[in-house]
Amino acid sequence: MRSDLEIIDEWVQPNIRVLDLACGPGELLHHLIKNKQVNGYGLEIGHDDLNTCIEKGIPVLEQNIDEGLQNFDDQSFDLVLMTHALQQFRRPDLLIDEMLRIGKECIITFPNFGHWRSRLHLALKGRMPVSDFLPYNWYDTPNIHFFTFQDFERLCREKNIKILRWAAVDGQLKDHWWIRSMPNLFSETAIFHISR
Amino acid sequence: MPDVIPADSVGIVTPQIAQFDTPLALSCGQTLSSYQLIYETYGTLNKEASNAILICHALSGDHHAAGYHAMTDTKPGWWDTAIGPGKAIDTNQFYVVALNNLGGCCGSTGPTSINPATGQRWEASFPIVTVEDWVESQARLADLLGIQTFAAIVGGSLGGMQVLEWSVRFPSRLKSAVIVASAPKLSTQNIAFNEVARQSIRRDPDFFDGNYIENNSVPTNGLGLARMLGHITYLSDDAMGAKFGRQMRHDSYQYNYGIEFEVESYLRYQGEAFTKRFDANTYMLMTKALDYFDPASQTGGDLSAVLSRAQCEFLLVSFTTDWRFSPERSEEIVNALVKAGKQVSYAKIEAAEGHDAFLFPIPRYMSVLNTFLTRVANRLTTEVK
Repeated sequence: MRSDLEIIDEWVQPNIRVLDLACGPGELLHHLIKNKQVNGYGLEIGHDDLNTCIEKGIPVLEQNIDEGLQNFDDQSFDLVLMTHALQQFRRPDLLIDEMLRIGKECIITFPNFGHWRSRLHLALKGRMPVSDFLPYNWYDTPNIHFFTFQDFERLCREKNIKILRWAAVDGQLKDHWWIRSMPNLFSETAIFHISR
Repeated sequence: MPDVIPADSVGIVTPQIAQFDTPLALSCGQTLSSYQLIYETYGTLNKEASNAILICHALSGDHHAAGYHAMTDTKPGWWDTAIGPGKAIDTNQFYVVALNNLGGCCGSTGPTSINPATGQRWEASFPIVTVEDWVESQARLADLLGIQTFAAIVGGSLGGMQVLEWSVRFPSRLKSAVIVASAPKLSTQNIAFNEVARQSIRRDPDFFDGNYIENNSVPTNGLGLARMLGHITYLSDDAMGAKFGRQMRHDSYQYNYGIEFEVESYLRYQGEAFTKRFDANTYMLMTKALDYFDPASQTGGDLSAVLSRAQCEFLLVSFTTDWRFSPERSEEIVNALVKAGKQVSYAKIEAAEGHDAFLFPIPRYMSVLNTFLTRVANRLTTEVK
């Protein structure tokens, strides 16, 4: 059983240039800077998160991702990361294009809305699922796009994006064999490593 | 006037003067054979001399950044809100050095000083100095104070340009750089504003081609006008609107050229007050230093190429309503630093005050500055141990 951060950590090569979009308090970036000696930057707009990053010495830039990423040159990073945030942006499809323009590879994690509990919640209660993992009501959620493990795979196919590898974990962000065998049904978080 | 010195003030401070007799070759080709710099220090330099912070001032700033010169002072130093015990630039942790730049009019050698070669005041003949010259002279002051490496160099606006220059001119002499509301070079519009300011001074009949002291005159109209123009560019449209709106002096229009709107009165007052404390030649020199600054010109316009020399960590801060040096201008520096692979963090602070915001104790601004510098201070202690 490994956590999502451990999985990502295994996939990241040392000494590369990393851009972490919506890096939050910089947990992953901090880990990668310390253990993989990456040249890393985070983008964030949350004031507390920005301060936490500065406090920890993680390079962080205040930039609203929905306003564009044109300031980053083509292929200027080895890896562009986005953990648990893709569902919060206006156009995830265009954002993925941008990520693959800036980075040679990308790692994206997102909550899988195809998880059996979400399906059951909607099927039985007839209302949008609210869980510990997605603890928002439909009207106040920052998550404005809901999609499943399969939806993401399909988008990659349509866009001719290569899936280098994937992983799937539960709500505790651990992986299990049964999640791996039916990720669309059992994963709460999907992790994709993609490139052009 | 403070009845008692506030607990978070550096208290009563006394400026000191450093004399330099090693000639300083200036960017313009001239050489200053000797000069002096006036400066103040706050806090205590540790025995490793590793906890010094240099404050670089902007267009009309000086060496009096914090504290009071006397109990009768009406106001503390220009950045007292940020410098003091427990403040964002914490004098319990750091030894803070603030100076008046060369060409200034507050005690450092400048147009109002005596030229030793002639025994007369320099006035118009004082050579034009640049950001590079200032940084060179600041490094000599650091030598004199026994500071090999600054823990941080901090500056806003034109001060931020000096910090940027430090990072590439003396990369090993600073651990961190804090650049607030600044730009990697002036825009065409910035230069245009500066030219109007200079012309308003030069066209004042009391200017006497810059030799007004010799002619027992002061170009108050020109300098006042330049300051009025400058002041408009320091404030945001919103800030001016909120402060004055269309508030009127009288109940009804007077249909003449006297003061109708309060904003007119405010600008006239600001212009006039400025002429009492500032020298017109210095003002012109400062605007030229701004115009000439363009470190990327050394590398064919490639800012990230010149910044690749830097070794320090950077903190950039901009303010949302600043249109003189807008957030986009700070972001040019940020993007170039990211491209060069440098350690940089950037905060864009919501503020209504326009460019002037860099002088205000805006809570989030102060918190970001303090968070960054606390880490700088903590690393000093771990390095010593």
